Amino acid sequence: MSLVPEPHLSPVEQTSAPARNLPPRRLRLANPSLVIGSILVFFILGVTLLAPYISPYGPNQVNYSAVLQAPSAHHWFGTDQLGRDQLARILFGARTSMEVSVGSLVVGAGIGVPVGLIAGYYRGFLDTWIIMRIIDAIQAFPFLILALVLAAMLGPGSRNAMIAIGIGLVPTFARTARAQMLQELGKDYIDAARVAGCTHARIIFRHILPNALTPIIVQATLAMASSIVAEASLEYLGLGVQPPTASWGSMLQSAQGYLQLAPWLVVFPGLALVLSVVSFNLLGDGIQRWLNRKIS
Amino acid sequence: MRYVIQRLITTIPVLFFLSIMVFSFIHLIPGNPAEILLGQDATPQAVHALDAQMGLNRPLLMQYLGWLSNLLRGNLGTSLVDHESVSQLILQRLPVTVELAVGTMVVAILIAFPLGIAAAVMRGRVSEFVAMFAATIGISVPPFWLGILFLLLFTVKFHLVTNSLYVPIWQSPLKNLECMLLPCIATGIREAAVLLRMLRSSLTDALGEDFVRTAWAKGLRGSAVTLRHALPNALVPVLTASGLQIAGLLGGLVITEQVFSLPGFGQLLVQSVFSRDYTTVQGTALVAALIVIIVNLLIDLMYSRIDPRIRTDGGMEA
Repeated sequence: MSLVPEPHLSPVEQTSAPARNLPPRRLRLANPSLVIGSILVFFILGVTLLAPYISPYGPNQVNYSAVLQAPSAHHWFGTDQLGRDQLARILFGARTSMEVSVGSLVVGAGIGVPVGLIAGYYRGFLDTWIIMRIIDAIQAFPFLILALVLAAMLGPGSRNAMIAIGIGLVPTFARTARAQMLQELGKDYIDAARVAGCTHARIIFRHILPNALTPIIVQATLAMASSIVAEASLEYLGLGVQPPTASWGSMLQSAQGYLQLAPWLVVFPGLALVLSVVSFNLLGDGIQRWLNRKIS
Repeated sequence: MRYVIQRLITTIPVLFFLSIMVFSFIHLIPGNPAEILLGQDATPQAVHALDAQMGLNRPLLMQYLGWLSNLLRGNLGTSLVDHESVSQLILQRLPVTVELAVGTMVVAILIAFPLGIAAAVMRGRVSEFVAMFAATIGISVPPFWLGILFLLLFTVKFHLVTNSLYVPIWQSPLKNLECMLLPCIATGIREAAVLLRMLRSSLTDALGEDFVRTAWAKGLRGSAVTLRHALPNALVPVLTASGLQIAGLLGGLVITEQVFSLPGFGQLLVQSVFSRDYTTVQGTALVAALIVIIVNLLIDLMYSRIDPRIRTDGGMEA
């Protein structure tokens, strides 16, 4: 048992001299991850939706008189080996990335959440020996290896990439949903629903699911970041959407052949990729922190 | 002992479902795998012969039992392209991947430990914000992009790394270091970021414990309290969590090997995917999953030795 009145303060803080480098009070009080993450995610979603209107050129507009041009006023991010504008391809690449990542989340959550809820609700043999052990087996595959193998078996293309990445996300959603179900099961409103004669399906999906949604949304935000990286990795290996569709991973793959001549080709798609992953990671962390603060 | 037995028993169904999944991979291929392998011009006789070679003309249950029986004898089948044993192919490539994995973890530990300890000790200061911001960026940067940037900077621009072809460590340790250093750092930065976050959180908790207060009360120096008392306790949860990191690490290595043209396990997988060598794809996926299961099992068992609370809690975790 703790003898200190403020258990969250470590002795290091109590004994050390007042910190001089503390960030401004406003920064400490607010949730910077949530604020910055939300702004960045809105920016990325805006770019994704408005790509056809804000893009200076078409993503597949070939111009042989402007091949491998360095960044300039005409082509802010330069041009590739076919003279295609890199900015346009990055903007449209955002669409591909978001489309496949959101699709993967739908597959992952669409399978994982009901499976986790059912496992948590019924528990017993079905939960312990069947469902959770299948989830363990899926989780034993390194995420990218599973996506790679499934994409290889199903064939290239955005739909198959969504399925391949989505299956890898099933364990994350199933575990979160199951944990939430176990937390909710003991509450009075479940007994009330049972007494009112609700079916099991109604109790699970109409009563418990809405109460379990918030942590699932946090997981979805963090999973979005992993999906973006997995999608880019599959594209890099040539197993995602097929050329000439613009995608960040395939842009990086073809840029690797021009490192000497056009180094900017690897910089900008990579920065776009990092920016979107950072955004979703920050947003996920921010929501998580906000929830923790709310609970405590 | 009860915990160890329970943990081993729960692994059996996982292995069973894993075997079903790996076996099913080949059946996910739309159409007949033999026809896809041989192409549109293949004669029905050739397709039939390949079907027989792959065992695809037998009932599904018999196919599974045959495959499982071979598997239990360590036979992962024969490569459809090289006509070599898949187990042999994997064994030839595995040392490169193991070396890369070990190098990656060394880089990760060298970065994560000083920064993680600093972030936990200097909570609320700018240095903590800087460390945690660096961790967020580190987690978000895909290792393969970092690898390409390293190639651009160190090989193309500054010519610091002149040999990028893989040389085994026993042939020339220096040349081996030259070709492995960049891939290890490229993958290690992400792993360091994950480790840093875990270590900072776990060490922050440990620093708030009563035994740390006792250490302060005894008049020990700050470094002794942190490194000798809090850190060993903070490492226990980090050890378990790093087991889960193995899966992510193996996945990351596949693509790093591709970027740096390292002849490892990941490159074998990617090559067999593109040459439609389905038996090798099956074999490599299975071995990757088995590595993850075995590493996690060993860490769990080790964890139960280190932390007696795990042994006494009992009960099966779902």
